[in-house]
Amino acid sequence: MARTKNLTAEEMARQQKEISVSEFFAKNRHLLGFDNPRKALLTTIKEAVDNSLDACEEAGILPDLRIEVQQTGEDRFLVEVQDNGPGIVKDQIPKIFGQLLYGSKFHRMRQSRGQQGIGISAAGMYGQLTTGKGPRITSKVLRRKAHRYEIHLDTTKNRPIIGKDEELPEWNLKHGTRFTLDLEASYQKGLRSVDDYLKQTAVANPHCRLEYQAPDGTERQYERATDTLPAKAEEIKPHPYGIELGHLIKMLRETKSRWLNSFLQEEFCRVGPKVAKDILGTAKLSERAYPSRIARQEADALYRAIQKTRISAPPTDCLSPIGEERILEGLQKECDAEFYSVCTRPAAVYRGNPFVIEVGIAWGKPSGAELEVDERGRIRSRKRKRTVDTEDLLGNADDTVRLLRFANRVPLLYQQSACAVTKAAIQTGWKNYGLQQPRGGLPVGPAVLLVHMASVWVPFTSESKEAIAAYPEILKEVKLALQEAGRKLGAYIRKGKRLKREFEKRSYIDKYIPHIGIGLQEILGFGDQERHDLVERLRDSMETTRKI
Amino acid sequence: MAARKKSAKKARKRSTARKDNERVARMAKVTLDSIDQVAGEVYQCIETGTMPELTMPQRNLKNVKYDRKVGYFELGDHYKVRKLDVNSVKTFAQTVRLMALAKEMVASEDFATKREAYYVSKNWAEAKFREQRESDTVLDDIEGMFSVRDVTREDLRFVPEEHGGSVVGPLTVLDRDPETGEVIESDCSRMGSGAYTVPSSVDHLGLETTADFVLAIETGGMFQRLNHHRYWRTANCVLVEMGGVPTRATRRFIRRLSDDLKLPVYAFVDCDPYGICNIYRTLKVGSGQAAHVSAKFCVPKATFLGVTPQDILDFGLKDATHPLQDVDVKRAKDALKNDPFVKAQPKWGRALKSLLKMGVRAEQQAFAKWGLNFVIEEYLPAKLKNPKAFLP
Repeated sequence: MARTKNLTAEEMARQQKEISVSEFFAKNRHLLGFDNPRKALLTTIKEAVDNSLDACEEAGILPDLRIEVQQTGEDRFLVEVQDNGPGIVKDQIPKIFGQLLYGSKFHRMRQSRGQQGIGISAAGMYGQLTTGKGPRITSKVLRRKAHRYEIHLDTTKNRPIIGKDEELPEWNLKHGTRFTLDLEASYQKGLRSVDDYLKQTAVANPHCRLEYQAPDGTERQYERATDTLPAKAEEIKPHPYGIELGHLIKMLRETKSRWLNSFLQEEFCRVGPKVAKDILGTAKLSERAYPSRIARQEADALYRAIQKTRISAPPTDCLSPIGEERILEGLQKECDAEFYSVCTRPAAVYRGNPFVIEVGIAWGKPSGAELEVDERGRIRSRKRKRTVDTEDLLGNADDTVRLLRFANRVPLLYQQSACAVTKAAIQTGWKNYGLQQPRGGLPVGPAVLLVHMASVWVPFTSESKEAIAAYPEILKEVKLALQEAGRKLGAYIRKGKRLKREFEKRSYIDKYIPHIGIGLQEILGFGDQERHDLVERLRDSMETTRKI
Repeated sequence: MAARKKSAKKARKRSTARKDNERVARMAKVTLDSIDQVAGEVYQCIETGTMPELTMPQRNLKNVKYDRKVGYFELGDHYKVRKLDVNSVKTFAQTVRLMALAKEMVASEDFATKREAYYVSKNWAEAKFREQRESDTVLDDIEGMFSVRDVTREDLRFVPEEHGGSVVGPLTVLDRDPETGEVIESDCSRMGSGAYTVPSSVDHLGLETTADFVLAIETGGMFQRLNHHRYWRTANCVLVEMGGVPTRATRRFIRRLSDDLKLPVYAFVDCDPYGICNIYRTLKVGSGQAAHVSAKFCVPKATFLGVTPQDILDFGLKDATHPLQDVDVKRAKDALKNDPFVKAQPKWGRALKSLLKMGVRAEQQAFAKWGLNFVIEEYLPAKLKNPKAFLP
């Protein structure tokens, strides 16, 4: 047996040292969505685009993005994402792009795409790890000169190192930011590709314009369908139901309020004098207690009292759903279908976080013949021109429907089966709505199901933000939304089937009516013209007596 | 005895020949008019923008009435109306086209078997019949439709595939050469060991006879025996082989012997529910399926010579019987319950019940137990001594 030296406690103590967040993520990059080269490319673009859109919307600017992907080596790619956002103040640039967990969105309760301040710096770190080159950022704020930075990330200290810092005398945009990164990646088309992500982004963000240059050089433009920016989401304070004990203790320690009573009213939403009094009464705590002196047991009592007290649901103006009209525009723009049905649910709450579920359904390939009824009551088939190239959003009639999941307007491409949206779609009875559905599976049919969850805090199952956690409230809302949109779809499909049956019946009638004419002509011996008139008259009276 | 017969022969010679051509021509006219009338109604409906419809009687035993005074099955008042709509448009078109075919055939003095009519439709593109079963159903409907106008399927020139039964005896049939119109005489007593075959259509035939009665026989075997031994000569009768349930032509032929030549008709069939309730009942009063033609295609004056359930006892056939099968029992019970003819004839009710009680069936051939010609020498003469006692 090999002899290993036993360590003393002192020796062990010498080995203990701090782990930086950056180091941790460098070793666990799959947690952030960099598990493989293909996904790394997607995640990098995704983080950059999300940031750009967030920035534009916050500044009230209609987003205009250009995404370029170039293949520079066998497994090397150059990614460039440029936006027309407000730009970033010079000093902030290195920290935003070079330091993990540095961001504006983590502490506030407001709907945005990014949440933790990890994404873009993690992408930069990934690029640096695989190619040795850090991210390059050019940004220009209105009325200032553009700045160009080359950044390295110090993974041990989680600090950015500025490699190059230059001021550009001229730049092509008045304001905006360009993020450039070399990374090891691979590019493939199809499901879960960069193309797929951008297309879905265009569906859920009809107010943004995207230009995309793929590695093979093809250019693709996603034009905006509306010039109205989504309503700005208001920032809210946390709702008492959404808080955990540890967080509560931290809040008690940090508050500037001097009385427990005012602490509750000022730090939380939906807590007025009466609710505060109720909570404190249940907790048997004094209204005038000094918040930072509250002991752990008392905080526990306070926490329990909050759960026992009836508090109205959080306000919903912190949410900015896409809206039924915009979903419709987005779907119509990127997915040419025969029928659309949309539904935006009223806001609901899970664990104190307000959220809104929205659903859009696009159904039926319009390439086939459609039937219409003219003013004389006749049915005819009508050919419709294909306006948009549908690519692969709409599947065939015997394919499983395409499920597009969005969280705060960001497409979720991976881990479909782990997602609350998928679970809810499976639990919905689609047979009632004219689609086939295998047991325990997604429905089958030429349809796209779009499900969007807007919330101040979307509960993802992992940091790579790929699947929404299945809280019962979320499952319920998704199901209700799917059902509401499904009902409209069902009515349409049934009507279409009715029309089709009726059309078949009428063509069947048309087939045999001339024979009645021939028979009568042979018996009664009239001329061909009279026979023709007779058949026409019979056809007319048969068409008009049939109801649709 | 022979002398008496000779004189009787002279006195009883009966004939129908004279009026035949005239009647055929008149019937053709009626038929053509009926077709024009039905087609004209459809035409009128279309002209005025209403949905045309065809009306025909329902054809089953439930829509049948039997009155002993009338003597045959009459149609009840249940009709089915075929209104032109998506479900009926194909059949409707086919009906009209078959009517057109009928008109053409009447005009050109031609005919078509059901099978031929089916093949004619193959030229109708999408309106053609896929199976003969379809065209048969439409033909049945047409037949029903025209029966209320006293026009038969034969008048419409749709003739059955099968020809009628065989006939021997002192009977002369006057037919015409279809091409030359020359009259052809067939003497049914000069057929040797063969027999005259009833054609599929019999209304144009002229008939002459010196016989005293008609014996309608179920099986070919019994017919051969009686013909071979020239029973028709000894008994001075016409023998008709029905071969199971008699075809329409056979029924019509016997009917004409009964009506036009005033000959009594006696049926000689097996003693089992099929022989009684199907063969004899259809011969006498018609069938539920074809009640619309019963007025012409049955023989109301026919009576039942045998074999009766009583004969089984009287002629010692008990050990020459077979037990009744389940289907036989079912048929007999069904007849007792539903058959308007059996219900109207208490004697038949009693006979069927006693047959069920005995639980056996006896065939015509069972008499061979007493010797091959027992039926000629003993049974038939014994029965014919008292025709009044025959079952109705």
